[in-house]
Amino acid sequence: MHKLSLKEARRKLWRGETTSELLTENVFQQIQAHEPVVQAYLSIYREQALAQAKAADERLKKGDTDGAPLLGLPLALKDNLNLAGTETTCASKILKGYISRYTATAVQKLLDAGAVITGKLNLDEFAMGSSTENSALQKTTNPWDKERVPGGSSGGAAAAVAADECFGSLGSDTGGSIRQPAAFCGIVGLKPTYGLVSRYGLVAFGSSLDQIGPLTKTVEDAALLLNVIAGYDEKDSTSVNRPPEDYTADLNSDIAGKRLAVIKELSGEGIDAGVRQAIEKMLDKLREQGAVIETVALPSFKYALAAYYLVATSEASANLARFDGVRFGHRNKSARGTLEMFKRSRAEGFGPEVKRRIMLGTYALSAGYYDAYYLKAQKVRTLIRQDYARAFAKYDAVLSPTSPSVAFKFGAKVNDPLSMYLSDIATIPVNLAGLPGISVPCGLENKLPVGLQIATPEFTERKLLQIAAAAERSSGFERMHL
Amino acid sequence: MSISSEDARHVAGLARLELTDKELRAYTEQLNQILNYARELEKLHTDNIEPTYSSLNTGTLLREDKVCNFTDQAGLLENGPEVAGSSFVVPRIL
Repeated sequence: MHKLSLKEARRKLWRGETTSELLTENVFQQIQAHEPVVQAYLSIYREQALAQAKAADERLKKGDTDGAPLLGLPLALKDNLNLAGTETTCASKILKGYISRYTATAVQKLLDAGAVITGKLNLDEFAMGSSTENSALQKTTNPWDKERVPGGSSGGAAAAVAADECFGSLGSDTGGSIRQPAAFCGIVGLKPTYGLVSRYGLVAFGSSLDQIGPLTKTVEDAALLLNVIAGYDEKDSTSVNRPPEDYTADLNSDIAGKRLAVIKELSGEGIDAGVRQAIEKMLDKLREQGAVIETVALPSFKYALAAYYLVATSEASANLARFDGVRFGHRNKSARGTLEMFKRSRAEGFGPEVKRRIMLGTYALSAGYYDAYYLKAQKVRTLIRQDYARAFAKYDAVLSPTSPSVAFKFGAKVNDPLSMYLSDIATIPVNLAGLPGISVPCGLENKLPVGLQIATPEFTERKLLQIAAAAERSSGFERMHL
Repeated sequence: MSISSEDARHVAGLARLELTDKELRAYTEQLNQILNYARELEKLHTDNIEPTYSSLNTGTLLREDKVCNFTDQAGLLENGPEVAGSSFVVPRIL
């Protein structure tokens, strides 16, 4: 039963063909069987989850499912999302033992919708990375091949869904952290428009880029979760107040006549040949469905990666200033003064990639360099938005591979930060422009999944999901099962 | 423009990070690599381009600045590395 999609599991529950307790037990059996290798979970809430499941079963018996579209369904959370009373580590030594005292809005919405929370999932420390190798706590493997990384930074969230260790999860995406691991693990990953989902209670990395979104087995499941987590929240000043929409509404509509453009800058050099072939085959299938496919040049994209690493690290260096050993987190006990205590606590608590990014961001914001780096990068962001706007004047969506390669082996890029950063080259422009983007599995290369990335104008998630669902239907892609 | 290990030491101070000489050497080299890649940006003429600080067209919306009590003060204090009463204790400043 753990192999079902979220939608299928819900149908069985609603028809009384199973119970939440059984579904949840099934998930924990799967966790027990495969976690020794997958290692996606940092915390597992067996008792609490089974109590939630029993309560859900009581409601289901009474037919009390109004306002609870996720009633009794086991889901999991990336461990940078606060859930009151649970440990939130961000996979960092500096937060080991930190207990959340409030709940993120997106998580509260899952709870209000009746979801059962099975646990918290591994990530690159503070969501900084593309392989989950930067976790200070454990090594998550790719369920397709345990010698390979699950992608990152939501590597645990992607691996757990791919391994059927939950029916879906929430991750966060600053430069591709939902979409790239989804592509590597052969599942669906959706980054909503900036402002659609409240960031309240998500540990901040790059505040102008971060967005919470679902990782799921199917496009329809992603739409179901988005229906629950989207919406205005006064606790997030960047949350946008818009009328609610049903993101499942257009999933079965055909895409005949839709105008789609392949991004020229992301279809040649720098993209592995096997990935390009898988994308080409997918494009043929979309053509068969009546979509018009052309190529569009977005010349500013070649500057996106550099701009991103200046903007994201600058924001990170400011956001991570709060980890100083005073109010929470690790504190060095031998320091004689407060300044020394700050410096030592941070040096001991943060891992190498986090330090590297704090250094880069601090440098980019420091006196004399602000204009050359941070301001320049923010101007590049404007050019990227203008390029997208030109494309969207003519096309419904732009397409590219989600990542230039399939999942790579452990250790392949850890000593070369720039080559690791390059694995985000296709996903980063979407964050810089604040757009919605999705990764859908579209085929295999060397027996490993390839993701197709689709991006549409801001707040057009319905159209994005419609095109994604059409791609999913025609891809012939089959999920793996452990 | 490249940074020296002295520059890196200065930045580490600003960032409140106590780094070893080995770390400083490694970060100096890696930061130079990344900044060298970022030089690509210099080729772009952006004099007449406005920066995008946020992708929201609405800008940042402000709410009324109302004081409300946090319900779990005891929980917040429990996360503190060293606490006395309702205060966080830090090493001597003076």
